[in-house]
Amino acid sequence: MNSIGDDCNELKKQYDACFNNWFSERFLKGETDDSVCAPIFKVYQECVKRAMREQKIELREIETDYTTASEFDSNNSATGSSGKPQGSQHKS
Amino acid sequence: MVVTASTCRTETVFDYSWIHVVSAYWNRYPNPSSTHVLTEDTIRREVRDGKLYSRRLLSKTNPVPKWGARFYNNLPVKIVEDSVLDPVKKTFTTFTRNLGMKKIMKVDEIVVYSEQKDGRTLAVRRAYISSQVFGFSRAIRAFGIERFKSNGHKASNGFNYVLRRMFPQNQLAASSPTTSVNSQSAVANVTYSDMAVASASHSSSSSATEALKRTAKISYEFCKGHASKFAQLFSVKN
Repeated sequence: MNSIGDDCNELKKQYDACFNNWFSERFLKGETDDSVCAPIFKVYQECVKRAMREQKIELREIETDYTTASEFDSNNSATGSSGKPQGSQHKS
Repeated sequence: MVVTASTCRTETVFDYSWIHVVSAYWNRYPNPSSTHVLTEDTIRREVRDGKLYSRRLLSKTNPVPKWGARFYNNLPVKIVEDSVLDPVKKTFTTFTRNLGMKKIMKVDEIVVYSEQKDGRTLAVRRAYISSQVFGFSRAIRAFGIERFKSNGHKASNGFNYVLRRMFPQNQLAASSPTTSVNSQSAVANVTYSDMAVASASHSSSSSATEALKRTAKISYEFCKGHASKFAQLFSVKN
């Protein structure tokens, strides 16, 4: 799948490959240290953010905190998502 | 201003373990049912309290009818997807929303993937559709919900395709399709008086009532034909 920035495709491919490997080989096996893909993620992010600015995608609307289940639970309580993150600091 | 939202809920069971479903999730594009998805980027990701938080930005093609151009320009639609994955509880929750154009139609979708007792994966999907287009809101929401319902089964095809490709040996014994739909919106008795009055005022016909009825009927068909396109546009079910 392509990136939103044409010149980010190669970086995205590298990051996705790193992430997929980390996700199935490490994270799902109980390891939470995600530093292995951090360097490539950082470079890829710089590329994507640049592309987003060029395409005038509103960063303001994107840099809010993660949506959580609590906003939806008032409508339906049949599901059991418990994630409610605190704070919203970027890691990279 | 009170914005009413219509809601809908579907359940789908995937014949794969939760581990396989979440692994395939990050690789589900492209697939034959997702030709409308143009780009996909991870724009934020971190591990907090042992859970993986991700934010992705998707863009989709914009098969907008010509009349839609009056409301907005013809750029690809951007969709933001947040997700929380808990590897211990084995739950994966995704939240998607369209970026911009929210007055025309705002589609919030939440999908929870969890492990069933039989080892398969249950996906519970809910959608909240709202619109602030004067006189169109109920029509857009009503047909957005109709679209959601009629596509309930089709929705998982693309994902299943990816699952089969990635894990050909791991499909669990096939179960009968168990997609169920439960719509909670009141969509009956929709009237379009706002629009009909506006149109009828241009008519000098003596038979104002007939003109009104005719306009209302045309308007109704008009909404029916196009509101579903909006719903499809802003939804990321594939």
